[in-house]
Amino acid sequence: MKATVTVMLKNGVLDPQGKAIAHALGTLGFDNVNDVRAGKVIELDLNETDAGKAKAQAEDMARKLLANGVIESFRVVVE
Amino acid sequence: MKAGIVVFPGINRERDMAIALELSTGVKPRMVWHKETDLSGLDLVVIPGGFSFGDYLRCGAMAARSPVMAAIHDHAARGGYILGVCNGFQILTEAGLLPGALLRNAGLRFLSMDANLRVERADTVFTRQYQKGQVFRSVMAHGDGNFFADTATLDRLDGEGLVAFRYADDNLNGSARAIAGVFSPNLRILGMMPHPEDMVDPLMGCTDGKPLFDALAAA
Repeated sequence: MKATVTVMLKNGVLDPQGKAIAHALGTLGFDNVNDVRAGKVIELDLNETDAGKAKAQAEDMARKLLANGVIESFRVVVE
Repeated sequence: MKAGIVVFPGINRERDMAIALELSTGVKPRMVWHKETDLSGLDLVVIPGGFSFGDYLRCGAMAARSPVMAAIHDHAARGGYILGVCNGFQILTEAGLLPGALLRNAGLRFLSMDANLRVERADTVFTRQYQKGQVFRSVMAHGDGNFFADTATLDRLDGEGLVAFRYADDNLNGSARAIAGVFSPNLRILGMMPHPEDMVDPLMGCTDGKPLFDALAAA
């Protein structure tokens, strides 16, 4: 199964990359951008056929390595 | 004080650290490859700066989960001394041995310049050859040195006196409360972003970092 882990900085954590992207979008004339947050998408190809188990494994991986709980939150989608 | 320096792939400041330690202790430190698992006999474990494992995923994330880290956790549990500088500080936070995290510099730029640090307490094994409130010169060279922790953690660090150093002038990387280095609760682990090992010999133009290593050598 494929698990997609999306890792984002928590609300309240300064995201200078997002700010820089927002600034560049403004330079390009996109003047309706209120805010930009930048994160990571990690795709896992898991040797697992049970969606529940795949999700639990991916969440375990996110807690132990893929995300740093001090600054980041994550969500897992399995398909 | 028998010291060891942990070397991960991508670390590049281990030799400077070895020079600083040898200058103060008179003994060559042991270089410890990241696949080693036995740190017995070492009083001080130093994790130097660099870009361990290319800083993939997050700075220090891969190194913090490499084989040697179990031994470093044991060393910490035994009350052993640990110094993490720059990438070493990032690795210690990723490993959970120090609180907080190091984010991208607020201005997004890699900062390579002198940084004046203020000593927040001088009654620790790392800082006892400085005076409390003393400002000394150090060098910063990092892209991700923006110290972050939630407000409760910052209040605890302040309340328990676990802030080692603060940026004395401009806080260019945007660190919370201008924090440049923190101690563990038992004051035996120090993590700091700037490099004291860069200023230990008159040939380097400054010796402001040497008291830190002299203090460790005398421990």
